[in-house]
Order: sequence, then structure tokens, then C-alpha cells
Amino acid sequence: MRYAMAIDTKKCVGCSDCVVACQTENNVPVGYCRDWVVESVAGSYPQLEIEIRSERCNHCDNAPCVRCCPTGASHIVDGGVVLVDPVKCIGCGACIEACPYDARYSHPDGHVDKCTFCIHRVEKGQDPACVSVCPTNCMYFGDLDNPNSDVSKALATRKYKVLAPEAGTKPQVYYLV
Amino acid sequence: MKKTRRDFIKISAVGSGGLALGLSTIKIANASDGENGLFKSSHARPVLQNRYPTYCEVCFWKCAAWTYTDDNGEIVKIIGNDEDPHCEGRLCPRGTGGVGMYHDEDRLKKPLIRVEKDGKQEFREASWEEALDLVAGKLNKLKEEHGAESLALFSHGSGGKMMSHLVKAFGTTSIAAPSFAQCRGPREVGFAATFGETVLSPERTDIRDTRCLVLIGSHIGENMHNGQVQEMSDAIDKGATIITVDPRFSTAASKSQYWLPIKPATDMALLLAWIHVIIYEGLYDKDYIEKYAYGLDQLKQHVKNMTPEWAYGITTIEPDVIRKTAHEMAAASPAVIIHPGRHVTWYGDDTQRSRAIAILNALLGSWGRRGGFYNPEKVNLPDYPSPGYPKPKRTWKDAFPGQYKLVDEVLSTGICYSSIPNPDMEFNIKAWMVYGTNLLASLPEQEKTIEAIQNLDFLVVIDTMPMEITGYADVILPECTYLERYDILRASPHREPYLALRMPAVKPKYDSKPNWWIAKELGSRLGLEDYFKWENIEEYLDWQLKKVGSSLEEMKKIGIKKFPREYEDLYALNGEDFEFNTNTGKIELYSTELASEGFDPLPKYTHHREPDPGYYRLNYGRAPMHTFSRTANNPNLTDLMDENNVWVNPKVASIWGLKNDQYVYLKNQDGVVTSFPVKIRITERIRWDSVYMVHGFGHADKKLTRAYGKGASDSEMITNVKIDPVMGGTGMRENFVTFITELEKKEDRS
Amino acid sequence: MNEELIISGRMNPGIDPYLHVWHWPIPTYLFLGGLAAGILFFSGLYYILGKEKQLPTAVKWASFLAAPALVVGLFFLFIDLTHKLYFWQLYTTIRLTSPMSWGAWTLMFITPLAFIWSATYLRELVPKWDWKLKILWNFEALAIKYRTPIAWVIMLLAVILGIYTGILLSAFNARPLWNTSLLGPLFLTSGLSAGAATIMWMSKDHAERSLFSKIDLILIGVELFFIIHLFMGFLASTEVQIQAAQLFLGGEFTVSFWVFVIIMGLIFPALLEVLELRGFKVPVFIPAGLILFGGLMLRFIMVEAGQLTRYLY
Repeated sequence: MRYAMAIDTKKCVGCSDCVVACQTENNVPVGYCRDWVVESVAGSYPQLEIEIRSERCNHCDNAPCVRCCPTGASHIVDGGVVLVDPVKCIGCGACIEACPYDARYSHPDGHVDKCTFCIHRVEKGQDPACVSVCPTNCMYFGDLDNPNSDVSKALATRKYKVLAPEAGTKPQVYYLV
Repeated sequence: MKKTRRDFIKISAVGSGGLALGLSTIKIANASDGENGLFKSSHARPVLQNRYPTYCEVCFWKCAAWTYTDDNGEIVKIIGNDEDPHCEGRLCPRGTGGVGMYHDEDRLKKPLIRVEKDGKQEFREASWEEALDLVAGKLNKLKEEHGAESLALFSHGSGGKMMSHLVKAFGTTSIAAPSFAQCRGPREVGFAATFGETVLSPERTDIRDTRCLVLIGSHIGENMHNGQVQEMSDAIDKGATIITVDPRFSTAASKSQYWLPIKPATDMALLLAWIHVIIYEGLYDKDYIEKYAYGLDQLKQHVKNMTPEWAYGITTIEPDVIRKTAHEMAAASPAVIIHPGRHVTWYGDDTQRSRAIAILNALLGSWGRRGGFYNPEKVNLPDYPSPGYPKPKRTWKDAFPGQYKLVDEVLSTGICYSSIPNPDMEFNIKAWMVYGTNLLASLPEQEKTIEAIQNLDFLVVIDTMPMEITGYADVILPECTYLERYDILRASPHREPYLALRMPAVKPKYDSKPNWWIAKELGSRLGLEDYFKWENIEEYLDWQLKKVGSSLEEMKKIGIKKFPREYEDLYALNGEDFEFNTNTGKIELYSTELASEGFDPLPKYTHHREPDPGYYRLNYGRAPMHTFSRTANNPNLTDLMDENNVWVNPKVASIWGLKNDQYVYLKNQDGVVTSFPVKIRITERIRWDSVYMVHGFGHADKKLTRAYGKGASDSEMITNVKIDPVMGGTGMRENFVTFITELEKKEDRS
Repeated sequence: MNEELIISGRMNPGIDPYLHVWHWPIPTYLFLGGLAAGILFFSGLYYILGKEKQLPTAVKWASFLAAPALVVGLFFLFIDLTHKLYFWQLYTTIRLTSPMSWGAWTLMFITPLAFIWSATYLRELVPKWDWKLKILWNFEALAIKYRTPIAWVIMLLAVILGIYTGILLSAFNARPLWNTSLLGPLFLTSGLSAGAATIMWMSKDHAERSLFSKIDLILIGVELFFIIHLFMGFLASTEVQIQAAQLFLGGEFTVSFWVFVIIMGLIFPALLEVLELRGFKVPVFIPAGLILFGGLMLRFIMVEAGQLTRYLY
């Protein structure tokens, strides 16, 4: 089992519903976020292109945050989901430094916090909160090992990329381009 | 009677006593728990306990949803109702962030009354009893002295219905919403003149099944009109062609196969050239036009010389692009939508531009066809029995003799103008009730709005948040948010008729009350008990629901209910006979109605003013995370976007030496300077002859702790208004701004 | 013109516009760790080489600074933790892939050993010292008896500690400035140099001083060699590392790095030491102090600048 997400940059309008939905689903304090939206504009008027990406923890196969964690607070569970155990976390910040995507932050309670792929929902057969609210339906989630999952189907038919592949992290959030 | 000038009172001037009662120590997502105890962790997700049906009130789309509360009975999240065609279970960021509206600690908390103390005006907290008595007393006196007709109601949102009922019973029909004259009015009048029917809200556009969607200045995706955004996404998936006409590279433009970077204010020329191509190349739907339309010959003659080459000189869009896009539309016909847009009050000839859009749709046969415009239906809810409304002796139209005969709705600016005493005007309004709309930001020409307010005998504002308008009120009645109240049922037109219920998930916070309670209480104080014969709104809703075969009990469980269509045909114009509600009974390409009122029966291109050197046309629009100025203080939504910026082309930036994120003031053609500085965003997404900013920022009320002074207000810059002669819409896009880069130079303002 | 902007979210403190999660305590901790490693390395080395008598500062007295430096360093690490009460979690597991973990374990062993080491010389420093408890007297006797194995362990741990202060940073592939294996040897050398400078400063013996002056000169040479190598490596690498190097070659850290670290922290004290060895009278605190200052600045600048560098996508 390998959970992954695919996000269609051709459909995403950057509304940021994913960001608020994550806040209310996961009790992320106001003033903090686990996901964010990037707009990338290329060209000159009027020859232009925009890529809009909803970004978050990439739940890397080769996760540098897990590697550098001194206590095992950052760990990988079934399906390749990278999680932080707040009770084991000492707040040393090493994982924040280690993440090429800047996907982690220090929670006001002191421990490090990040996207969990909403594993609590996924375990119940639901999509992560961001995916489930997306008004443009531009996010797909599922198990890469299952060819019938939404994410497998999206990746099978579309051209895609990952962020900073040269960092060697083997990220598992794919962007359909 | 000499009037005392209304000073703008910042609500922070209220004695802090009531505010410090500990009520304001609300808990937002445990942000304050960090310091608590050793092992108590606040990272825990909320335990969901109950859910209550509602429909969203953050914008007019009104998506049905569920409000979830946790084990403490506190609201934690709002999730779309899967059964609702407005949202398909997916709210937009504002709907999801609606929780912030409830949690906002800057809300209005108690009724406030304007008093004068030591020569200084301020607000004093009052009980509901006292505040309502005062409002009723003022209104009764007004009725005695000037007649009930001299009261006007401005409203926006679901609660407006109850307030309308109250003031109609009181005896006035001057009930206006800025959503008409400042927004969608021209398109409704333009489409009604063509098809005998309006576009309605939600729009009857069948985007889901369209094969070609043409957007003219409409920035779907940045305006999060949920159903449309979702359907546009579906259309993209299905490979529909999208053509976007916009001087700005909007988000929608970036999703389009064709982006026509038009010179601002020249859309009419493009539309006429498209009509020319479609008629002269014989691309129109001949059977459809022959059967249903009137006036093709006049139209053909009219657009004879309006070739793409002619339009190129005006719009800067190359002739072959105009032809190619016309061919795309024709190829998709009838599954093509030239979108009527929503906020269409631009240059004062907006009804005519909407007419051109309607004509183009008619030629392509998209009205009443799959993938074009469907035939919506809504549930006709009976009104709770009450006496008929008194017939007013005068209406707002008496202030404008001979004008606006084609207008069915009330012009908010008309009300505003007729509140300023004028010897030439027969009709004068003396008191306003303002429900849920921040008129200072929603009406153009702020100075006129303030002048009108200064001339009122009485101004009562009902709202959830302190806003600029509340600062001018004599009495402020704090309403509870939509998450804490029942409202009237949502019965909006759609492919199939639906009813949606809104019920409270929690008790009203602070000393706020729902609109129905305020209306009923005022009604009984105004001697209008007969109009409010229900005990409470549950009884009212249950009565209505039982009449249509449901009940409040059922609706509480399901939130939304689908009803069967009365007429079978969602797409009615596939060759069947049909009588249109126009003079000729046909689709009027040539408008006999406009002709009889002395307006152009066929749309004409008029040249609009262009910016002077050093000035840039002010284009404004929306961001997906905010609704007008209403959400500017919502903690969840300010997290997403807490200020607006002004978009500037890199060429313009280099002329002015502007840097990204630099703060500047804007000054318009009339010398008006923004109250607050605004950040520069240098981007290729905007033309060199215009700038762009998101509407709804630059709040001046300090009580809005998150919104105060953040960004600049485009409304302040809109001092030149082009009135649409057909329907009184306020064209706002002929305003031009320049930059004041040295912040201290702001003092230059005249 | 290309534009890349975060349109929403990412309001998390310390992340944007550039990462700022590690503050001044971290470079201070790395400096003190390196310094202690340097001192302890020389203590162990010269004890094993039997130079206890000739080089008393190196073997005995300097170690009285090393142990407190470790404690103060650990304290700085502690105050930069954001979840302090869970500090003990470090010692519930050994994570071989985490430099932070084996750094914590190294400190766990070297800190008490450093205390024991200096304790065995306490009565030489304070002749009237009385351990009071019998068990302590016995313990001292035991420690003195096993000084040689202790010295070996200390020397080994000191090398690990010195390298660790660099590897802590170089293990982060996400920060291109840090992501070079030269950082371990560079920080080890810098730590040894700081240790040598401290011994030199404390020593009252001319022969000992000039020995450490010479050692320091060699270390400075090695350090300069590593730094040149570092930049050669960066400039021959990928775009992100070229950009990282640019921070020091015209970018915002150019002045601070070349003036404070290279000139004031390495070249100038080296010149002073050469002059002193040639017989000129140079107050020892000047070169020694400058070397310590340079070592501290090196760590401050590397930690600050490294957080500015990132992958571009």
C-alpha cells in the first residue's frame, strides 16, 4: 500500500479551500497551516502561463525529516504516510531544516506539526479533508498499488511532475501538468 | 429642522465594560492552549458530536451544508451537503471558513444607541427593549410626519426577506439591494429585453454540459460562485473550449484555450464583430432563429460594417482571432454559453452590452438548449397568512419621473439620491434601515452616500459586524450569525427545485438576535402584529413546509430536499412552440421594448474615456477567499489573505520605479487619495494601461482588529459613475488612478 | 518576467520568507561543542603521549573549561527546543541516521567523562580540596588509576563530537549550503583550532605556548584549505549550491564572512602567531581571542546563511 495524492494544476484555481478545510478538520490553530497554494506565472504579457499548486508535505518515500529525527517522533506508518508523534517530539527543529518543501512548522504547543494525509479519515475510507472539499475536484487521493484508485487513474493518463525531484526525496504528491 | 451632523463613531469608543465580561475570551482552534499544563496537548482533533443543517450566508450562492459541533457544543467545522446542487458537498473556502464569522471576537455584541456626551457623539450600550422601543418610536413618528413611504430598506442576504416583510407591512416599497444597480441589474434588463426572462441567481448557465464557454470579464475561479466553478472544472475535464476576454490574465484566462487580451472598455466592439462574423458567414442557428427570433434583418443591416477588421482597430484583438473564436462558438452551437457575467456595471452602456451578449447567445441557439441556458425551476412556497400590504401612495420611481420604466427592482443609488433633499425631486426619503450591507463599500460615490446619510432623520443598522455603515447609525441592532439562527427557507431556481433549511447549531453568542425575532418585535411595536401571527420561526417554517409536503422535523434531518419539476423540459427550445414574454412573443434581436422607450433597439459601440498620461484604469474584482468587504475580518479567511495589493505591469513599474511589496497610495482622476497605503504586486498578468485590485479591503473601522487599515479600498477610488440610462446601473470602470510613492506626500490630498 | 508566489497559507512563523527556525543558541552550542572537543582531544592526546608534565595546561587545566563549556552548550541547545519538557525522549532511543541523536548520546558520555577527567586534577589545582565522602575518594582513586583508557575514550569521543558539530548541518540535503561533507572536517578543524587557541591563551609556559601556536598555524592552514575546497565544490555543483556560494561571493554574507571569519578569524591571528614565533612580542590574548571569535562567527554565519538556501521549484 502506498498512499499518494495527485493535483491537477490545469483545474486548480487557487481558491485555498484546501487550506481552510485542513485548519477546521485538524484543529490547526488560526495563524498556522499545513498546506498552502503557490502561483507560478511564466512569460510576458500577453504570452503567459500560470501553474497553480496546492502544496503540502510530500510524504516522501525517502523522507529526510524521518531520517534526521533524533527521537523517532517523525515516523512512517502503513501506506508510507509520514507522521509526527507530538509526545515524542522535543521540538529540536531538525526536521524543519531537513524538509526541502518547508512543509513542517513548530506548533504553538511546541511540537512539530504537518500534513497527515488526514490518515484518521483515510482509515475510515474517506478522502483527506482538502481533497474532499476541493470545489474544482482537482485533487485525487488513493493507493498507488491499487490501479483503480483515483490517484492511480489520474497518473496513468496524464503527464505529471513532482517537486524538487533532485532533492532525492521521492515525493508522493504529484502534479498533473 | 436642522440636522445634527452624524459623526462617524468608531465602535471602540463604547465603554469597555460590556466587552470585558469575559465573553470575548473565545477559543479559536485552541490557539491559546499552548501554555496550558504539561501533558495537555491541544493538537487533538475535535470530537464531532452533532451536525445541524444550514445553508451558507458568506455569499449569495447559499450552498447547503452541515454545521458540526464538538463535545463542548462548540462549532468546529462546516461541510457541504452532498445532496445540494449548489455545492455537491463541496463548499468554497469562504463557506468552509464560515466558522470564523461565528468565532470573530470583533462582532457586534449588544444593541448600541448614538448619544451625545460632552459635545461628543458616541455609542451607548442598551437593552433590546430600549433599542427596539427607540426604533419603533422613530418609525411611528416618521410615518406621522412624512408617511411610511419615506422609509427605505437596504438589504443583502437571506434575512432581508423578514425585514422586507416588516417594512412592506409598514407601508413602503423602497427596498433596495446593491446587488441590482451595482451588480447584475444590466444583464437582467438586457436579457429580459431579449428573451423576456432574466438570468437569475444561481445563473441558469448549463456550464456542466457546454462545449464552449465564453467569459467576458467574468473571472470564474476568482469569483467563487461555487456551482459555476465546479461546472467549469467539469467542462475542462470534458474538453470544452474556453474563450476568455479580459484585459487581465485572470485565473480563468489561464485555463482557456483562447485568451483575448482586450483593450479595456471595448468589449462591445468585439461582441458586434462576433455577431457580424456569425451572421455574414451564415454560422447562426437558422432553424432556431427563424422559429423563435424577431429582427434578424435589422440586426444584419446594423452590423454590416462591424467587421473583425473594424473591431481590431478598437479592441486590439487580431481579426483572425476574432474569426477563429467565432468559428469555435459556432462549432459548439447550441452547446455554447456567452456568459452573461454577474457584476456588469462597467461603463454605463451595460444593458446594451448585455443585450449584445444575449443576441449572440440567441444567434447560436443556446437559450433553452443543453449546454447553453437551461430552464430553471424553484419551489413556490406559500406565504404565511397575513393581511395584504398597504399600497404606498408614492414609490421611489416618483423621484425619477419618466425614467427606468424597464426596471423591476429598486435602485439602491436611486434611494440614495432621493435621500438628499433636492427642490427638483418630488419624493424624499427620510429614514433608512440597513440590513447586512456595508453601503459605504458597496455603493460607489462614497461622498454622496455620506451626504445622504447626513440628511436622514434616522438610520438603523442591523448587522453582525461593525462596518463603516454602523459608524453612521443612530441605532445598531446586533444580529447573530447564520450559524446561530433559523432563516427563511432557501428556494432558489435550479435544474431541479430544491428547498434548504438553515437552523442554529448553537445559541446566539453575546446579546445578538436573529432577524426574524427583530422583525417580529419591531412589528409588534409598530402595531403590525397581524403580519407576524406566528409564535416563532419554527412555527412559520413548519407551516410553509407542510404546505409543500414536508415538515420542519424532516428538514432538520435532511437539510435539503428535492422536489419534482412542474414542467418537464429543462431544455425547452428544441423546435417546440414557445411564447416568449416579449412584445413580439419572440426572442427580440431587435428590441421593440427598448425602441418604444427611446433607447437604441440594437446595441451600438460607444467609445469610452481612456486614462490620461500617468493614470491607469482601475479594474477591480474578487479573490476566491473573500466576499466583498464582509469577510475582511474573518480570522480563518484573513489567514488566507489579509490585505489586497495593486497589480502593476512590469513596464509601468519600471517607469515609476516601483518595487514588489512596496506600499503606495493611489490617487484617482478627481484627486481622491486612498485612506491607506496598498502593496504593489508587479506582474505580467495585467496590461500596461490598467491596474487591478481585489475589492473589499482598506477598512477604516478600528474595531475590525484584523481588517483595519489592511490594503486599500477600490470603492474610495470610484468617484466617477456612469449611469446606465436604461436601468440606472452605476458604471464604475471609468476611474483612473496614479501612484503616490512617497508615503509622507499623502498630505497633498485635496 | 517569471513570478513565483505563495498566494495563501504558509503564515507559519519562522518559515517564510526564509527559514529561521534555528536561532543564536544553535551556533553557540555548536561552537562550545567544538571548543570542548578541541580541548579534550588535546588533553587525551598529550596524556597518552606522556606529556602531562611538559604540557600541564593542555592535559590538565584546560579541561576545567571543557566540561562547563559542554554543559553551557547543552543548555543553549535546550533553550532552542520548542517542546522542552519532552527533552528526555532523546535518550529513549538511538537513531543511527540522525546526527542529532548520536550527538546527544556522545554528549551524554563525554560530558561526565570531561568532569571526571578534570576532577582527577582538582586536588592539583586546589591542594586543600577535600572530597568529604569516602566514596568520592575511592572514585577519584579509581579514575586516576584508569586515566589512560579514559584518555583514549575522551579522545575518540572528542573527534566524534567535533565532526558531529559539522555533520549536524551537512546532513540536511534541503539546505544546499550545508549539504557538503566538508562541513564535518571543517568544523572539527575549527574546533581543534579553538581548543588550541584556548590552551595557548591559558598556558603560562613558553614552550607549551609556542607548541600550540604552531599547531594552531597548521590547523588554520588546513581550515583555509577546506574553505577554498568548499567553494570550489559549490561552484562546480548544481544551481542551488552555486547560489549558496553566491551568498558569500557578492551576496549578503560576503562582508561578514570574509572580514570576520577569514581575515579577522584566520589570517590576521595566523600572522600574529608567525610574528610571535619569530620573536616579536604579541599579547597572546589577541590571536587566541580572534581565533575563538572567528570560530564563533563561522558557525553563526553558516547557520544563518544555510537557512536562506533552499531548493527551487
